[in-house]
Amino acid sequence: MSQDHSLNPETMPHDPAKATTEGKHKFFGLWFFLGGETVLFACFFGTFIALRNSTAGGPTSQELFGLELVFLMTILLLTSSLTSVYAIYHMKNNDFKKMQLWFGITALLGIGFLACELYEFAHYITEYGFTFRSSAFGSSFYTLVGFHGGHVVFGLSWLIALMVRNAKRGLNLYNAPKYNTFSLYWHFIDVVWVFIFTVVYLMGMVS
Amino acid sequence: MSIAATQNRGFGATLWDYLTTVDHKKIGNMYIAAGAFFFLIGGLEALIIRIQLIKPENDFITAGLYNEMITMHGTTMIFFAATPILIGFMNAIMPLQIGARDVAFPFLNALGFWLFLFGGILLNLSWIFGGAPDAGWTSYAPLSLQSPGHGVDFYVMGLQLSGAGTLMGGINFIVTIVTMRAPGMTYMRMPLFSWTTFVTSILILFAFPALTVGLFLLMFDRMFGSAFFDVALGGNAIIWQHLFWIFGHPEVYILILPAFGIFSEIIPAFSKKRLFGYTSMVFATFLIAFLGFMVWAHHMFTVGLGPVANAIFAVATMAIAVPTGIKIFNWLATMWGGSITINSAMLWALAFIPSFTIGGMTGVMLGAASADYQYHDTYFVVAHFHYVIVGGVVFGIFAATHYWYPKLFGRILNEGMGKLAFWLFFIGFHLTFFIQHFLGLMGMPRRYWVFLEGQGLDTGNLISTLGAFLMGLGTIVVLINVIYTAVKGEKAPADPWDARTLEWSIPSPPPEYNFKKLPLVRGLDPLWIEKTEGKGKMTAAEPAVDIHMPNGSIFPFIMTIGFFIASLGFIFQVDNHLWLLAVYFGMALALGTMLARSLKDDHGHHIHKEELEREAD
Repeated sequence: MSQDHSLNPETMPHDPAKATTEGKHKFFGLWFFLGGETVLFACFFGTFIALRNSTAGGPTSQELFGLELVFLMTILLLTSSLTSVYAIYHMKNNDFKKMQLWFGITALLGIGFLACELYEFAHYITEYGFTFRSSAFGSSFYTLVGFHGGHVVFGLSWLIALMVRNAKRGLNLYNAPKYNTFSLYWHFIDVVWVFIFTVVYLMGMVS
Repeated sequence: MSIAATQNRGFGATLWDYLTTVDHKKIGNMYIAAGAFFFLIGGLEALIIRIQLIKPENDFITAGLYNEMITMHGTTMIFFAATPILIGFMNAIMPLQIGARDVAFPFLNALGFWLFLFGGILLNLSWIFGGAPDAGWTSYAPLSLQSPGHGVDFYVMGLQLSGAGTLMGGINFIVTIVTMRAPGMTYMRMPLFSWTTFVTSILILFAFPALTVGLFLLMFDRMFGSAFFDVALGGNAIIWQHLFWIFGHPEVYILILPAFGIFSEIIPAFSKKRLFGYTSMVFATFLIAFLGFMVWAHHMFTVGLGPVANAIFAVATMAIAVPTGIKIFNWLATMWGGSITINSAMLWALAFIPSFTIGGMTGVMLGAASADYQYHDTYFVVAHFHYVIVGGVVFGIFAATHYWYPKLFGRILNEGMGKLAFWLFFIGFHLTFFIQHFLGLMGMPRRYWVFLEGQGLDTGNLISTLGAFLMGLGTIVVLINVIYTAVKGEKAPADPWDARTLEWSIPSPPPEYNFKKLPLVRGLDPLWIEKTEGKGKMTAAEPAVDIHMPNGSIFPFIMTIGFFIASLGFIFQVDNHLWLLAVYFGMALALGTMLARSLKDDHGHHIHKEELEREAD
């Protein structure tokens, strides 16, 4: 199979990400991987819920959290999920340039999210002295949100590596599954953030 | 690359071949070999434990060393002996059974193996670097936080590495079974061992991340000063117990289900009958896996979760006896009226049924929450889980060794030695552990370094130790058998047992591409169907084609070395921050290799059909 050749609209299969055996394997493999990731985050959530009121005299979630920043972060990340959908739409239409463009916007939004998160953590540490070591609440907060942030960093590195590597050679059946699995992974990160927003921040403000 | 070229090469070339291989059969063999090595280490540790307990107030080893021995025995046997040997068999056999040429992710397969191996090496390096972990294989907080030295740190990093490897293996097997079954191999025609591989992989996928999280929390508490289990800062040590057992209980089924699969292959093959109740076997497997996730708190009955929680978990625990009972009766009914051959493999299978049933029965006893307050942390528990894990899993591994050795290595294990090893091990096993039920009921607590004289425990412990030596002797005979067979063993034909499933339709050992032409599967026990209809061999489902094969790669090995160096860095940066350099270097090496792998196109290669015809036997 000549997977290296750029495709044109006539030779393009309906779903280039799943047209090859390897592509199918990657698609299934990533879905199952996300199943495992769900358990991973579920365990972090469970730990956080058990420890979120264990502040050991330190700052509580009501004192710390400001919903404005978290709202902005949510908007950034949710939008990045939408733009990655546009990118995959253009992949299926065999429009490589538009796909790269939308993935580029996805990456920028992701970087924006990450910058907000770093600012947020720095703010807690410098203004409130709220660190990873100050209480069980601190440990569980930074671990849960930090693991999500780490997933964003990994996803961004993955996306940028893909975009740079394939910038000159265009879309083919070898790299289409890679873009597709990235977008699945990115949606998953987004879903996890929705739960973090609810469980950590919203529930933290009301309790 | 021709197959002939793989023969008659120097040591260096062979080593390089194994370091870079992505062939599921070679990886499977390496899993089995490495697992067997760790099994010997774990067995040695068991003998040391039993020597210490041979008489009252013995001083063969110190109390501290005893704690290290019990911890390392449990950890080694579960994570680095039983699990990898079973994964080795799944790796080597499952693709052959479903008529696939390889697994879905050959590269990931190699990476999983190397991570497991270096995880095991890391854990055992603790013996040299200032003491092994000593907080028990369950490593409960806060004990594991108080443990001085680096022992528990090695436990954390070693398990984290190998756990990641196991998780990759699990995903790999699931995708292989979903996408790569041969034409006609529907789900309900899959051999039971492939089924249990599938269900076990699902368990691995959903259970191991809980361990990953638990280990991360322990790592952060021990190495980076977080407060998950530190009560003074609001932490809660019970979280470790929950996470550990949310993983730990399914892990028990990760071990036993493949063993069930192995017996479900061996018993029909040597009874010359199809497996009785195939559908109910598949259903029971799923039911056990499902219930396996619902029972973790039965390890925590005495923690104080309250009567409602204890009652729910007790009922769920006892419910597992139902699907397990279905399986036991199905195996018995398979043999009923069959034309039974009794050889080494079948002996292990026959011995498994009563031995495992005893373990299952004490399991129901332990599941009764109110009674468990008496049994908890006594030798009764030790007896119970050795009955299920040795009587189930280890018997299964020995049975599989005899059954599939010809397929993997092209030679048949010696029957005389096989039977001798069986009787030594079988008698030794019951001598060791049956008496421990009573020691436990008399109140002997587990994990104690010494026991006192004149409490009625002396004779029982002596018998138990003698039994352990018989088991050791049996294992040595198996080892001699393997070496003897490698030198002088009888060459195996493709189908030495007149068996039923696809792996016996190809040469022993199979060529690297497994099937020259993918077989057409016409029902359950496909080879047997062809035999009964007088053909004796599989019909091809395709004309001769070029076979696409993955390329070997050294990347998995380098990546693992990177993670290994980083793990050492994490452990020792507590003493000296310069070790953080090792963390950075190791992670850079591992992630850099990952990036290189991602950027470099690798389309694999083809074995051309002309070449295949030339090599036709």
